[in-house]
Amino acid sequence: MAAATAPPVPFTWTRHHVIDSASLSRYEIEEILKTARTFSEILARPVKKVPTLRGKVVVNMFYENSTRTRTSFELAGKYLSADTLNFGVSTSSVKKGESLQDTMETLLAMGTDAVVIRHGSSGICQQLAHLLGNRVCILNAGDGYHDHPSQGLLDLYTMLQHMPGETGVAGKKIAIVGDIAHSRVARSNIHVLSTMGADVHVVGPATLLPAGVEQLPCTVHYRLEDALRDADLVMCLRIQLERQKTGLMPSMDEYIRFFQVNRERLNAWCRPEVHIMHPGPMNRNIELSSDLADDPQRSLIVQQVANGVAIRMALLYLVLGAQANDSSDPLFQEVKGERPHAHSA
Amino acid sequence: MRILLKGGRVLDPATGLDQVADLLINNSQIEAIGANLPETDVDRVVRLNPNLWVTPGLVDIHVHFREPGQVHKETLATGAKAAVAGGFTSVCLMPNTQPTIDDLPSLEYLNLLARQQRPVNLYPVAAITKNIAGETLTEFGILQAHGAVAFTDDGHGLANSVRMRRALELVRPLGVPIICHAEDPNLSCDGCMNEGLTATLLGLPGIPNEAESVMIARDIQLVRRTGGRVHFTHVSCKESVDLIRQAKAEGLPVTMDVTPHHLTLTDRAVADMGYDTNLKMNPPLRSEADRQALIAALQDGTIDAIATDHAPHTPDDKSVTFDVAPCGVIGLETALGVILTHFYQTGLLSPLEIIRRMSTEPARLMQLPAGTLAVGAAADVTVIDPSADWLVMPELFESKSRNCPFNGHMLKGKATMVFASGQCLLGADRMQPSDPASAPLLTSPMPA
Repeated sequence: MAAATAPPVPFTWTRHHVIDSASLSRYEIEEILKTARTFSEILARPVKKVPTLRGKVVVNMFYENSTRTRTSFELAGKYLSADTLNFGVSTSSVKKGESLQDTMETLLAMGTDAVVIRHGSSGICQQLAHLLGNRVCILNAGDGYHDHPSQGLLDLYTMLQHMPGETGVAGKKIAIVGDIAHSRVARSNIHVLSTMGADVHVVGPATLLPAGVEQLPCTVHYRLEDALRDADLVMCLRIQLERQKTGLMPSMDEYIRFFQVNRERLNAWCRPEVHIMHPGPMNRNIELSSDLADDPQRSLIVQQVANGVAIRMALLYLVLGAQANDSSDPLFQEVKGERPHAHSA
Repeated sequence: MRILLKGGRVLDPATGLDQVADLLINNSQIEAIGANLPETDVDRVVRLNPNLWVTPGLVDIHVHFREPGQVHKETLATGAKAAVAGGFTSVCLMPNTQPTIDDLPSLEYLNLLARQQRPVNLYPVAAITKNIAGETLTEFGILQAHGAVAFTDDGHGLANSVRMRRALELVRPLGVPIICHAEDPNLSCDGCMNEGLTATLLGLPGIPNEAESVMIARDIQLVRRTGGRVHFTHVSCKESVDLIRQAKAEGLPVTMDVTPHHLTLTDRAVADMGYDTNLKMNPPLRSEADRQALIAALQDGTIDAIATDHAPHTPDDKSVTFDVAPCGVIGLETALGVILTHFYQTGLLSPLEIIRRMSTEPARLMQLPAGTLAVGAAADVTVIDPSADWLVMPELFESKSRNCPFNGHMLKGKATMVFASGQCLLGADRMQPSDPASAPLLTSPMPA
């Protein structure tokens, strides 16, 4: 891949927050992937823990239900020896419209170094970053329909494991199927994948494609066949039951009839080596047929979850490293490895 | 008390006057306009640079002063001070207070409070339906007899078409307008900004232009049926403007206003400013194409008036996520500066056309005794320095709230003196006594 401009040499990570996928440069994404590979190796060891973030406090603030993302971030912090804690806010107790000022004071009072935020309201991470500046690192673990950067990155990381070679995802046809309008996962993937040169296609019921989607860096389809034809990878999105209640689609049966990804359709339209992904949680036999989801030759769903930990370790490491000024901190050099003076500590 | 404003550029859209002249105020009335008026028997002479404009006091037909009920956001006193600071001497109060201004006791209570703000003129607008719930019509005749200058359910669209029809039939003989906040609640649904690419990128639910324009289309047809007058307020998009232009060409009694923020900002600002909730209002900031359509409509006269929709909310109200933040921005103290910066400095509108849209026309639409410098008219006079550069700093505003979408903007042009019924409410320090030893200095009569 010919890059338009050369990366700054040596590339230095300077970002304190990872909030939106659209602003991540190719070099930043490559740095995240490279770092994640180092951590994947560590995760394969019998003893998975490294002392890199010893003494750092990472708070998971999840205002929405989440299993895999929260546990993934929690494990990532623990493997890096950070003190992680879950600022548990159950959905039932969340009072809509809590003052951002109050949230900010809470974070600062706890001496937090990094905060991982999952919230139902788009933009909350940007608003908090505006209030907090660089006093705390903010990692967006999903905000409303806006973005979910670590998901897009772990999806890319997973794809690359199955797309060997120099080009990676560049030029590969990747189809995203389902409720694009209400999906932060779709937005994150569209941004990350298009930045890395992939040929991104989206398809779904017209009511679930957002306004202006044709201006995003992807090709828009209204028929599943058009999106799936010769695809290298198909990503299904979760269909929420309430879309039916609010009149955005007539019924689940209608959705299944036109947009379910199943073996017949895959075999008929996609490339022979095609893989399937799903960010979870899955509605089996609605957006994706169960036999495909469980087919180890086709499905990367389990790898997605496993890779999530390595990606989130990389993000925590990079943002807290930027905060700690990594050149002076031997702990950060130790894991980086490729630096010439890496073992001087 | 006779005050002579000497040598300014006198602008009166009501008569088309635009020339350097003297203006003589005698107590609460304008006594004379002319060249070289004598300085004899005058208590104060204010010598003005001929580049300063002397205009009728500005008129804003759409403000929310939150009293009674939400005095932590604004009061009639702080709202009136904000108005004067922005060059306004007359404003129309929207009825969505707590309680709603929808019956005689609530209206008379508001009248009692409003009288205390004189000489600033606060005119009540009453609700179309009780509690702005869209069901039971209010007593238009009784409320008009006690001072209501118009009727509106502002903040909400009147979804029920037959209620709108009956309201128009009932106000027609009264000669007052229904002020229409055009919004189909089913189409706007849970939207919190303009529908389009920006909303999609930000992950925020959108409000399509049609949420406004389908109601405007409906109301124009009901006007044609009933003959009742409709004034469309804070119109935001191209489709709406096109419908209103057509209706006016047909001769229907419809008029419209736009806000300074819809004329100068677009939905892109929400992205550029990182979900700043001070950019959330209803209707939302629209696309650049819509903004250009509004500018064209302002130039061709389709837009009758500029109104601020001054809607105060405290920092606490606004310091929440974008989706749940209350709608509305303040505008009284920036309106003139914004309009002068974007329309006078750029040559898009002449001084006379700007003052027509900010004083003469709004006064005429609501039949207010304002908007002119005619001899014998109330001495509501604003002196404007069109070349004054200033930085918008909401923390310095007279308004109780700070939810200003122009925070940090550099503007050119502002009001430097304001007289209401002949009393100097702004810029008193600039008054030079003709004889320094004579009568006491004029001071602001505004209560603290």
